Amino acid sequence: MPEYSTRFTRRRLALLVPLLTAGLTITACSPPGAEQTPSGDSDAAVSTELGTDPITLEMYAETGFPLAKALADEFTNQHPNVKFNIREDQFTVIVENAPRVLASDNAPDIIRLPTMVDLVKDGLLKNMDPYFDAYGWDKFPASQLVQLRLADGGAVRGSGSLYGMGLGYSVTGVFYNKEQAEKIGMTQPPATIAEFEDLLAKAKTANLQPIMQFNKNTAGINFPHQALQNQYGDPTQIADWIFQKPGATFDTPAALKATQTIQKWAQAGYFPKDANAIDYTAMMGEFMKGNGTFMFNGDWESANLDKNMAGKAGFFLFPGETADAKNVAMSAPNTFGVGARAKNADAAAYFLNWVHTNDKAREISVNVGGSHPGGPADLPLPAVSDGTVLAETLKASQQLGADNGAVDFTANATGGIFASAITPEMQKLIAGQQTPEGYVKAVQAEYEKELSR
Amino acid sequence: MTSALGSVPAGSGTAPRPGGADPQLPVRPHRKRWGRTARWVGWLWVLPALIMYGVFVLRPLVLTVQYSLYRWNGIGTAQWVGFDNYLTVFTDRDLLKIITNAFVLIIFFSFIPVALGLLVASLVRRITTGPGGTLVRTVLFLPQVIPLVAAGIAWSWVLSSNGLVNQLLRTVGLERVTRPWLGEFSTALPSVGVIGTWIMLGLCTILLVTGMSKIDPSLYEAARMDGAGPIREFFAVTLPSLRQEIGVCLTVTVIAALASFDIVYTSTSGGPGIQTTVPGLEIYRLAFSQRQVGLASALGVVLMLLVLVCVLPIQRLTRGEKA
Repeated sequence: MPEYSTRFTRRRLALLVPLLTAGLTITACSPPGAEQTPSGDSDAAVSTELGTDPITLEMYAETGFPLAKALADEFTNQHPNVKFNIREDQFTVIVENAPRVLASDNAPDIIRLPTMVDLVKDGLLKNMDPYFDAYGWDKFPASQLVQLRLADGGAVRGSGSLYGMGLGYSVTGVFYNKEQAEKIGMTQPPATIAEFEDLLAKAKTANLQPIMQFNKNTAGINFPHQALQNQYGDPTQIADWIFQKPGATFDTPAALKATQTIQKWAQAGYFPKDANAIDYTAMMGEFMKGNGTFMFNGDWESANLDKNMAGKAGFFLFPGETADAKNVAMSAPNTFGVGARAKNADAAAYFLNWVHTNDKAREISVNVGGSHPGGPADLPLPAVSDGTVLAETLKASQQLGADNGAVDFTANATGGIFASAITPEMQKLIAGQQTPEGYVKAVQAEYEKELSR
Repeated sequence: MTSALGSVPAGSGTAPRPGGADPQLPVRPHRKRWGRTARWVGWLWVLPALIMYGVFVLRPLVLTVQYSLYRWNGIGTAQWVGFDNYLTVFTDRDLLKIITNAFVLIIFFSFIPVALGLLVASLVRRITTGPGGTLVRTVLFLPQVIPLVAAGIAWSWVLSSNGLVNQLLRTVGLERVTRPWLGEFSTALPSVGVIGTWIMLGLCTILLVTGMSKIDPSLYEAARMDGAGPIREFFAVTLPSLRQEIGVCLTVTVIAALASFDIVYTSTSGGPGIQTTVPGLEIYRLAFSQRQVGLASALGVVLMLLVLVCVLPIQRLTRGEKA
């Protein structure tokens, strides 16, 4: 009987082979993706009228950031005919889903965007140039939207057509614990990198954790790394690299010096010993508990810190090598775009314009999002209470704008650079498993590999 | 698809006939015709399952093989690259390291649980048949019931800098040994392995205990009469009788090790560096974050072949002589 049963299954198994072959021939006729047709550009006339017909805007937003929903609610309040259907996911999930969601039949009207290059190349995003003209967004400071521009069908970022807008424009820098700063004699924010390093040394001597920074899952130490890199060289080099301009490289003296400094800080114990085992949430928890004098992070945490560390946290922009150095910091719009296949593109653009120009909306952007609301330079900023972290980050944002010192995150250079190069290599670097030279070369190698695809 | 399935069994049914009666089947003339119809009806019954199998297993499998021959970002038009992706899988140093990691995990997911499982099973064999048996079995099997994601998260707390393991070490004065187990390069992979051991041990023990309960007690009696001690008894009676159960344990756990994803993703995300990255995780990253669907598919196909290469010999070794 066993003999029979094995033969039996073998015979049936043999039948699978022609089945598989048949399947292969059926599916192999055309290369995958051939049926997709790019439809990014639309020369059709756009309307700046919202109308009164009931509309439901499909929105795809990021979990944990209540700003998008707060703005949507207020918009519905002011325009009752427009309802929102909001789907939320974690940012990494949106990064993974965005292409497929945008290519589907019920593509969202408004979507929180990861790096836009691939999406524009595949014709999945609406070209916003017609709205730019219709709404007169040329009154916005040009630097505000430069990161959202792509030329030549997505080949180069930083110029060309507009493909998104920000729901708030974030700025990054250094948060500090006021009590501990006082303990180590910091009366005002450090004016130079040398002064900052001096404070780190003092904090270490005082048995404090000088910097609380996460490095698990994604490399949080890339924040201080780029803060240093921004100051050690010409930030336009970094911007060119992020914007994928031909010939741009990560292998620069500035990046190397920044990496060497990070290595030095790691060896001196300025980062937590177990940074590679601390994730973002754990870092926030530790810092708010008082474990950590400094923390490199962005203004999206301002409201949170004002609530959970009321009066005890401060913020400053990372200093330069000299006291009169220009302010430079990673700063990026919380980018939202309109799907190329969106059904209500006009209403979506109306909403985005409203977010930048409506008084109430700007107030929500600041108080809920913690970030600069953007919009025309001549519109006043909503008032915030003095002495809060929010007031400090907002001020920093204005300083940065005045110096035109906003640089995008190196982590956004390509879709995979953060996960496949920066994060693992940074984890190696601070554990002494990678040299600064090796780090810089490894990041550049991965960048070239991705661009060659 | 349906017509292909329908026509195939008819052909196979007639194939052995020309030489007269089917040599394997006892011939029952009065049921012969009904037998043929019954076969048809049989296929009809399994048709829904077959369609599901075809659409959700065979079709993706075929598509994966197809994708692996292209350079494709998942949306745009793909570009034919032949076997380039496979070449990358076998020459990229990082990818080779990632495959090696999976093999290291086999030690923790398969060998240790089976060895420990044999030990535990021999110890608890008598208890499990007694009144407290259900309790013992439940406790042993619990890790299998807990979702892997939850297990991964819970263990990442246990193994963190201030986690239970380090607290225990501090209490007994081993402060020097404490470390972030999952965050350090030298300990990360073994620590992930330990989580796997914890999960797989229960499964192996239960399977082995069940196997032991089927062993004829007279064999033990005979062994004891021949003067065998407990250890000799184990090697002479228990172990050979458990051949099939061990085979099942090894098969299931080796597949779990090679195809691991949940535990690694939740406990370390593959870090630090790529110290704990496994093929499953890398396939997911390549396909969804780096959008290299072709390379991800090639790695997937290689992983499938690796699983077959590892599992088929185990099957052969443990099944071979049974019949």
